[in-house]
Amino acid sequence: MVLPHDTILDVGKLSVSYRSDTGYVDAVRNISFSLGREKLGIVGESGSGKSTVGRALLRLLPTARITADRLDFQGQPLLELSEKQMLDIRGRRMSMILQDPKFSLNPIRRVGDQVAEAYLIHFKCSKAEARAKAMSMLEAVQIRDPQRVYDLYPHEVSGGMGQRIMIAMMLLTDPDVVIADEPTSALDVTVRLQVLGILDDLVSQRGIGLIMISHDLNLVRNFCDRVLIMYAGQVVESLKASEMESARHPYTQGLLAAQPRIGGSRAPLSVLDRKPEWEIPLEGAA
Amino acid sequence: MTDIVNAPKPASRRRSAIAPLLNVLRFLLRSPTSAFGLAVIALLVLLAIFAPLLATHDPNVQNLNNVLQPPGGNHLFGTDELGRDIFSRLLHGTRITLNIIFLVTITVGPIGLAVGTIAGYLGGIFDTILMRITDIFLSFPGLILALAFVAALGPSLNNAIIAIALTSWPPIARLARAETLTFRSSDYIAAARLQGASPFRIIMHSIVPMCLPSVMIRLTLNMATVILTAAGLGFLGLGAQPPMPEWGAMIATGRRYMLDSWWLVTFPGVSILLVSLAFNLLGDGLRDALDPKQMNRR
Amino acid sequence: MTISTGNASPRPVGLGSFLRPGGRVRSLGGQVVSILVTLFGLLVLTFVIGRMMPADPVRAIVGEDATQDTYRMVYERLGLDRPIWEQFFRYLGDVVTGNFGVAIRTGQPVISDILHVMPATIELATFAIVIGAGLGIPLGVIAAVNRDKWADNVIRVFSLLGHSMPIFWTGMIGLIIFYASLGWVGGSGRMSSFYIGLVRGPTGFLLIDSLIAGDWNVFWSALNHLILPASLLGYSSSAYITRMTRSFMLDQLNQEYVTTARVKGLSRHDTIWKHAFVNIRVQLVTIVALSYGGLLEGAVLIETVFAWPGFGQYLTNNLLIGDMNAVMTCVLIVGVIFIGLNVLSDVLYRVFDPRTR
Repeated sequence: MVLPHDTILDVGKLSVSYRSDTGYVDAVRNISFSLGREKLGIVGESGSGKSTVGRALLRLLPTARITADRLDFQGQPLLELSEKQMLDIRGRRMSMILQDPKFSLNPIRRVGDQVAEAYLIHFKCSKAEARAKAMSMLEAVQIRDPQRVYDLYPHEVSGGMGQRIMIAMMLLTDPDVVIADEPTSALDVTVRLQVLGILDDLVSQRGIGLIMISHDLNLVRNFCDRVLIMYAGQVVESLKASEMESARHPYTQGLLAAQPRIGGSRAPLSVLDRKPEWEIPLEGAA
Repeated sequence: MTDIVNAPKPASRRRSAIAPLLNVLRFLLRSPTSAFGLAVIALLVLLAIFAPLLATHDPNVQNLNNVLQPPGGNHLFGTDELGRDIFSRLLHGTRITLNIIFLVTITVGPIGLAVGTIAGYLGGIFDTILMRITDIFLSFPGLILALAFVAALGPSLNNAIIAIALTSWPPIARLARAETLTFRSSDYIAAARLQGASPFRIIMHSIVPMCLPSVMIRLTLNMATVILTAAGLGFLGLGAQPPMPEWGAMIATGRRYMLDSWWLVTFPGVSILLVSLAFNLLGDGLRDALDPKQMNRR
Repeated sequence: MTISTGNASPRPVGLGSFLRPGGRVRSLGGQVVSILVTLFGLLVLTFVIGRMMPADPVRAIVGEDATQDTYRMVYERLGLDRPIWEQFFRYLGDVVTGNFGVAIRTGQPVISDILHVMPATIELATFAIVIGAGLGIPLGVIAAVNRDKWADNVIRVFSLLGHSMPIFWTGMIGLIIFYASLGWVGGSGRMSSFYIGLVRGPTGFLLIDSLIAGDWNVFWSALNHLILPASLLGYSSSAYITRMTRSFMLDQLNQEYVTTARVKGLSRHDTIWKHAFVNIRVQLVTIVALSYGGLLEGAVLIETVFAWPGFGQYLTNNLLIGDMNAVMTCVLIVGVIFIGLNVLSDVLYRVFDPRTR
C-alpha cells in the first residue's frame, strides 16, 4: 500500500457498534486507512458499513459506540475532542455531501439561506457578506442564475441542481476533507457526470481530500485515485484505482466479474455467490 | 349488527392469532407504564366481579345518624351526606363503569366497521355520503354532541350510553375505511370477486376480519374518553341518576360538601382518574407495540 | 396493521381531517363547497336532534300545568303541525336570517344571550390555550429529542395524566387546595362579588375592559379568578399538544436534512430549534387551533365547577330546563366554530408552507 504524503486523516482500527438486546453488534470492524489530498473511494454493497464510516468520522452517530486505535485529523485525535470542539470541525474543516437533495435540504427554508448558513456558523460576518459568499459559491457550482436560485425552495429545484447546491453548501467554508456519501446515486443518469465533474474540479482546485462512498464500482474506479473495498463491515482490500484489474480478494474479483463491459463476453454476467471466507480481509488491507 | 363481531371464524385463523397476541402481551408487560395500566384494568374487572363480596356495606342503605363520617374505622373511605358507605358505593360503581365501556364498545365497533368498510369497499357515491356524515359528526367535540343527544333523549344512564355511542363511532369508521382501502385492491379480494361473491359477502368474510385488529386497538384507546365523557355527563346530572353509585354523579352530589368533607369528591375522582389513566397507558403501550415503525428500532 | 399515530402523514390527522379526506390540499373552490356541505349537514343534524327526539319543546315553554288550548296555540306557533320537511326549511330560513328564537330562561333572543356570554369563555379558553401550548410544545420537543430516555417517559406519564383527569373533579380539588386551604387564587366566578358591575367595558373581556377603565383592583381580581380554571384547562389540553408535537418532531428528526444541519456544524440545540422545529410549526398551528375548539368541551364542565358565567354554563343551564332551541343553537355554534378553526388552519397551511403554494 502506498502511503500518501501529507496525510490529513489517519484512521487505525476503527470500529462502530450498536447496542442490541444481546450485547454489541458491529457495523464496522477494525478498518484502517489514511487520506491525503487525494480522492479515496469506499465501495461496498448496502449494509457493508460504508456510510457508517463517513458518519463515524464526523461523530454523527449518537447511539453508536465508536472505538479506534487512531482517529487523527490533522494531528487532532477526533475521538478525544469534546462535542464543542467537534462543532468547529464539522462543516468547517470536514464536511459531507449527502445522497439525495430531495431529503437533505430543509424543505421550508430557501436554498440560498441554507448555503449561507454554513458560512455564518463558522465565520463572524454580516448576513449580507454570507449571502454574497453563498452567491459566488453557487456560481462556482455552475448555477447560471444564482440570484434567482438563491430564493428558491428545495422542492422548486431539480435533483441535479439540488446536489450542486449541496456541494456549494459543503465546500463554501473550504474544508480540508469532504465525504461524499453516494453523491450521485439519486440523480438522473444524464446529470450524474456533470455533477461529478463539478465536484472533481472544485476538489482538485482547492486541494481537498475527498472520500467518495459508493456502491458503484465503475464510477469509483474512474473517479478516484485509490479504492477501499468493504464487505460485511471490513475493508477486505485496498488498491489503486488504476490497478483494479489485479485485485486479489475473491469478493473484489466477484464484483469485477459482475460488471458488464462493451466488447466483453456475451455469456450471462456472473452473480455474486457469497462465501463465508470473503469476510477475511487480505493481508495488509485492514 | 353484532354478528359481524361474532361471525364464526375458521379455527386455524383463531389459533394463529394467539401467538401474536402473546407477543403483544409480553411487549406490554416489559414497559412499566403499560404493565401498570393492565394491572389496574385487571383489578377493576376483579373488583366488579366480586363487588358484593368485598363491599363492607350495602351501597344504597342510608343511615342519617351516620352522615359525612371521615374515612377510617368502620368506613374505609367515610360516608356521604346520606350516611352511605363510600367504599362500597365505589366498588359497586365499578360495575357501572364496566357496563358503560362494554355497551359503548359493542355498539360503536360494529357501527364504525359497517360504515367504514362499506364506504371503503363500495367507494363512489356511498363513500362520499357516508364519509360526509362521518365528518359532520366529527365536527363537534364529543361531549357537546353527547350533551345534545342526552338533552333530547332525556337524562338517564342508558341514554348517556346511547349518546356516547352515537358520538364515538366516526373515528372508528374512518379507521376502518382507511384499512379497507389498503385491502380493496389486493389479489385475494379480486379472487373472491371473480368467484362471484357478493359485495356483502366479501365485506363480511374478507374485509371485516382484516380490519378487526386495528379497530380493536382503537376501541381500547377510546375507552378512556368514554369513561371521562360518561363521568362528565353524570356530573352534569345528565347521566346516571341518584341513587346509582356512578362515580361522576357521586362527585356531583358531594360537591356541596366538598370544602368540609373532602372525601366525598376525592375518592370517586381518584377512581375515575386511575381507570382512565390505566386505559390511556394501555392504549399508549398498544400503539407502541403494534406500530411497525417503532418495532424496528428495538 | 396500520395504526394512525399521526407519524406518517405530513398533515395531522384528527378532528381536523374532515375537510380534507385525502390528506391533500384541496382547491379553494372545492374547499368552499366542502364547507357549505358540512354546514348544511350540521343544520340537518341539529334539526334532527332538536325535533325528532322525545323531549317536548312545547312543554318546556308552557310548563306542566298549561291548559290544552295554550298548549295547542304554542304547538301551532312553533309550526309543529306542519310536515317535517316544511319545518326543516323554516328552520333553515330562520338560521340563514339569523333568527335563532328566544331563550325560555332569559326571555332574550338566544343569539344575543350567546354573544353576551361568549367573551367570558373566550377569555378563559385563550388563557388556557396559551398555557397548554406553552407547556405542551416544549415538552413534546424535549420528549422527542430524548426519545425513550427517562425524560421522555416522565413527560409521557405527565401528559397522559393530564389527558386522564376528569376536569370537573380536578377543578374541585384545585379549589379545595389553592382557594380554600392556601388562599392563593380567587374562588368561583370571574371576579370577587365585591367588584361585580364596577367595570362594564366595550369588549366583554374582563382583563381588557378593566385595563381600559384603568381599574387595577378589578384586573387583579379577574386574573386571580382566571388563573386556576385556565391552568387546569390548559394542562388537560397540553396532553394532546405534547403528544402530537412529539410525534411530528420524531418524524422530522429522522429526516436527512437534520443530518445536513449537523454536518454543517450546527449544535444539537440549533439543529432542533432552527431546522427541525421550523418544519413542524405549521402542523402545530393546526393542532393548537383544534385544541382551542376542544377547550369548549372542557369549558362546559369547568364553568359549572367555577360558576363561570360563560358559554358552557349557558349551555348546561338550558339543557337542564330542556330548552332545546337554545341548546341546539349552542351546538350549532360550536360546530361552526370548529369548522371556522379548520378553515383557519387550512389557510395557515397555504400561507406558511412553501410546498403548498
